Amino acid sequence: MLQRSLQVWRVHRHAGYTLNPLLIDSVRCLHRTRNRRARSLEARSVSHAAEQSVDDGPSTSGRTAEHSSAAADTPLATDGEDTIASLVTGGSRSGAVDIIRVSGSEAVQIAQRVFWPQGRFRFNWQPRSQRIYHGSAIDSSGRMIDEVLLLAMLRPRSYTREDVIELHTHGGGVCAQRVLRACIEAGARPARPGEFTLRAFLNGRMDLSQAENVLQLISARTATAADSALAGLAGGLGQLVSELRGDLLEILAELEARLDFDDDLPPMDVPALVEDITVLQRDIEAALRTSRQGNLLRQGLQVAIVGRPNVGKSSLMNSWTGTNRAIVTDIAGTTRDVLEAGLTVSGVPITLLDTAGIRSSCDTVEQLGVERSTAAAAAADVVVMVVDAAAGWTDDDGEIFDALWGRDGPGSSSCKVRGPALLVVNKSDLAGTKQLQLPLLAKETFQAVVQTSAVTRDGLPDLDAALLKLAGAPQLAAGGVSWSVNERQAEALIRAHEALGAVGESIAADVPLDCWTVDLRAALLVLGEVSGEGVGEEVLDAVFSKFCIGK
Amino acid sequence: MGCRTLLLTLNLDRIAWQPCNPAVGGPAKSQLVHEVDAMGGEIGKMADRCYLQKRVLNRSKGPAVWALRAQTDKLEYAAEMRRVLEATPNLFIREAMVTGLDIGPNDEVRGVNTYFGMNFGAKAVVLTTGTFMNGRIWVGRASMAAGRAGEAPSTGLTEMLVGLGFETDRLKTGTPARVDSRTVNFKGLEEQPGDEDLRWFSFDPSVHVPRPQMSCYLTHTTAATHTLIRDNLQETPVYGGWVDARGPRYCPSIEDKIVRFADKESHQIFLEPEGRNTPELYVQGFSTGLPERLQLALLRTLPGLEQCTLLRPAYAVEYDFLPAHQCHASLETKKFSGLFFSGQLNGTTGYEEAASQGLLAGLNAARRAQQLDTVVLPRDSSYMGTLMDDLVTKDLREPYRMLTSRSEYRLLLRADNADRRLTPLGREVGLINDERWAAYQSKQARIDAEKARLASTRVTEASPLAAAVAEASGQALQRAATLEELLRRPHVHHPLLVAQGYGPPADAGISPAEAECAEIDIKYAGFISRQEKQLQQLAGKASKKIPAELEYSSISTLSLEAREKLTKFRPADIGQASRIGGVNPADISALLLHLEVLRRRAAAAGTGGQQQQQGVRSNAVPAAEPLPAAAVVGN
Repeated sequence: MLQRSLQVWRVHRHAGYTLNPLLIDSVRCLHRTRNRRARSLEARSVSHAAEQSVDDGPSTSGRTAEHSSAAADTPLATDGEDTIASLVTGGSRSGAVDIIRVSGSEAVQIAQRVFWPQGRFRFNWQPRSQRIYHGSAIDSSGRMIDEVLLLAMLRPRSYTREDVIELHTHGGGVCAQRVLRACIEAGARPARPGEFTLRAFLNGRMDLSQAENVLQLISARTATAADSALAGLAGGLGQLVSELRGDLLEILAELEARLDFDDDLPPMDVPALVEDITVLQRDIEAALRTSRQGNLLRQGLQVAIVGRPNVGKSSLMNSWTGTNRAIVTDIAGTTRDVLEAGLTVSGVPITLLDTAGIRSSCDTVEQLGVERSTAAAAAADVVVMVVDAAAGWTDDDGEIFDALWGRDGPGSSSCKVRGPALLVVNKSDLAGTKQLQLPLLAKETFQAVVQTSAVTRDGLPDLDAALLKLAGAPQLAAGGVSWSVNERQAEALIRAHEALGAVGESIAADVPLDCWTVDLRAALLVLGEVSGEGVGEEVLDAVFSKFCIGK
Repeated sequence: MGCRTLLLTLNLDRIAWQPCNPAVGGPAKSQLVHEVDAMGGEIGKMADRCYLQKRVLNRSKGPAVWALRAQTDKLEYAAEMRRVLEATPNLFIREAMVTGLDIGPNDEVRGVNTYFGMNFGAKAVVLTTGTFMNGRIWVGRASMAAGRAGEAPSTGLTEMLVGLGFETDRLKTGTPARVDSRTVNFKGLEEQPGDEDLRWFSFDPSVHVPRPQMSCYLTHTTAATHTLIRDNLQETPVYGGWVDARGPRYCPSIEDKIVRFADKESHQIFLEPEGRNTPELYVQGFSTGLPERLQLALLRTLPGLEQCTLLRPAYAVEYDFLPAHQCHASLETKKFSGLFFSGQLNGTTGYEEAASQGLLAGLNAARRAQQLDTVVLPRDSSYMGTLMDDLVTKDLREPYRMLTSRSEYRLLLRADNADRRLTPLGREVGLINDERWAAYQSKQARIDAEKARLASTRVTEASPLAAAVAEASGQALQRAATLEELLRRPHVHHPLLVAQGYGPPADAGISPAEAECAEIDIKYAGFISRQEKQLQQLAGKASKKIPAELEYSSISTLSLEAREKLTKFRPADIGQASRIGGVNPADISALLLHLEVLRRRAAAAGTGGQQQQQGVRSNAVPAAEPLPAAAVVGN
């Protein structure tokens, strides 16, 4: 690749023409030293996110450097919008402190109305940027409603780039509500969900994918999901995409140079070109795999545990989750309803559904439980069937298997389960070295078999790993936390991948070289959409559907 | 279009003189010629009438980059063009040096003034000054004021334009030596004859008259050439350091080639005839800044030229141009209505680029004179449109030459469909006469009929055609297929069908070139539709208008460079903005977002969003001048 770079560079120096802007970019990108094959998605992890500037508040590193020179009097896109205020700490009633954020051109005036420094009225008090003031919050009648800290972050050195005032009130909710009401009476409007981030985006504080990551960060359910969003906030995917674009431009530049200056160039190395395109496709595939991981981190997994009574489903649930959620007895059929318990496996929030042991029963209550079990198994993302290691695969196990997966296994009409299946051979501590013999159909159905002992906790890490592998995110098990692509980005990446595939086909079909560039260009355009550069209408639509703007 | 037009030129005998290579066409340039012809221009017909040889370049590549190139007879070319002009009704030709413009109180042009004190009134003026404005030619260290070798420059006009507030800059180009063909030994040189399968630039069949062809010859540089140049580098303007190098890099001098590609032992040199009745031979690929005393020695290092004599030395020329961001894409200046700039004045090089601009500027000048709106060719409509768009959005660092790679949509902008793309527009604006229009329509009907026939004729897998197709494409035919399906296969071409008895009926009157149009549409349908889709996707965004008075400096989300460039170029729409150097995709996002926020705010405020559309200005032209409607000032 490097050799090719030099070659193309030479073409440009020699040919030297002013190509279309794409190619000019590509020439610039040739100055970069790259080794695409060494590129790793994991390389860009959360550490970037830590480099944020303290005085810019809770936000991103992002594009701040470029704009740090922006003077306070530079107009903002959101100039003329209302000043907005909102409680920015969670709804929890137990916190010691709540924070109210006010952002907009009137934030300072509002602060002057609702805040008395050191508890006293002071004529024409002006907060200074990046300072903390102690004082009283007062309502419109001048009555003190709380003792607060006031943080002033004046434009452009704030999260939204507007004047931002934050008021730290006592926790519990009541104080915060009263201070917020005072701010609104003083002229602010309640902020809509995501509106601070929207303003940060509109004012160029962060790009679209960073803004999307802020929303993901806020709604993260586990620490890993939050880390992933933070990695995205630091520009992880954007960096990969810009590298992919750089490589694509390089290929395109070489092909286009051949259209006008073929005589001056050495013969084209077509196998090398095919290889380059394959590598690009592989990189896109790797990025796409993070999509599954991102979904997992955001949405989690539903895992149903099934099996005949008394094989230790409930003990497995208890030891897996580290709780005593399920009642465990020696009596078969103790669990009669579907029990739910949550756990986190490598950051993926998992909902375990412990089901009633499935057997034909005359007990109506137990019978209902069995029906629910079947339904739960059918709806789950992953089904874990538990068998007793000592008893081996019994006829009863076979019946349950038939009831859930049908006599013809997955894919047949009698199969009720849609997710992948995993077999847990429990009570391995009691079974000695006995080898489990499975019928052929079961062997094919279960994509993994794990030996566990709910009592000794042996095999639980194996179970974690097998589960993540089945769910399509094996890399999470290794603990590598990285950014992941969202649906909008995944869709564009898929189109880029297809376009590159079409280039490969054209080369194979001996179509003339100038036609190859059609699909290469398509791939390039689509990649531009991923990072929100080269914004298409659809990206704008995404912005305005995610955030509510206007008025 | 019926306008009375005056053409003022410095020298009547030098109209349509080809001062550099007497050749028309080549990669990308041939598309321009086809397009100008499709709009009713002359250059294609001229090349077809005056060719010495013709070849199609890039035949091994796809149809989008096939390039017809003609070597022309330069004496015949100039004489023929003069005859055409003289036969053009309403056109008056006169010798004069224009030194000034007459500008009215509303910033509208009212006419031109000449060196000898004449004033010509006009409602619209096109300036096409070539390399003449303050031209200076160089041979080695020696220089003289000249527009071309042996011709005086035009002086005073630049100063007048600067006085009117235009920004000017300087460019440089050059031409190689001419040698006497009678002193060249062609034995042992590779001969390059013209194509037997003759192709034409013009869509007008009346100029399709075959003529005998002359050959070009190939020679190459030798070790002696390289040594001589290396020993004398300090004698060249660029390496000696007394001329700023802003020459065209795609047309490098021989010393540039030897310095930059030090590892290459030899470079190809073409010997091209300049006419049937002149012994002048153009030495292509051998332009040089060396002084004249070294040029002959240098030429004599080339095989075949050991005994040659020099007829004209190679020289370089420096001249003033006006960066074209001062023009709209209609080539009308942004400052003065009715004033148009065209050709090398806008920083281009090449006859084809000049012809394209001339056609558009002339068309729009006539429309201005008739108080009609100007016409702009969208970038995606043609190479002509691409040229105009590039000129008004790019900072030139060297003379602008059209290249295939400059067009993003080249698969749609082919030579074979130039008439389909542009002739209807030409007809609409009055550039295509009834005869041409009828010929165009019947040609399209023949192509459509042939496509229909190909789509509906089936052959079985057992037919001899199937066997021939299988052999050509390397894939056996599994079942019966239409001729259209057969044509989609690689290496299967229309003549194969004809050879196997599946050609169009004789009375259809379809020519091989027309059959090829049908074949290209079929064979590349997939790529063509994909590119059309790309175009549509981009067009939606790109056509979004930008208000003319948008205050870029106040958009804090734009980079500083983008704010500066956008303020300078004032693009009409987002597409144009995105093509300005220094405006990156992130800036375009920011700009789109800014416009969208503005729009939503305006909508919310209930003003209904005042839309400021740029382009159409209703200009009040003062009472008609007594003299011609449009003046063309040319070299």
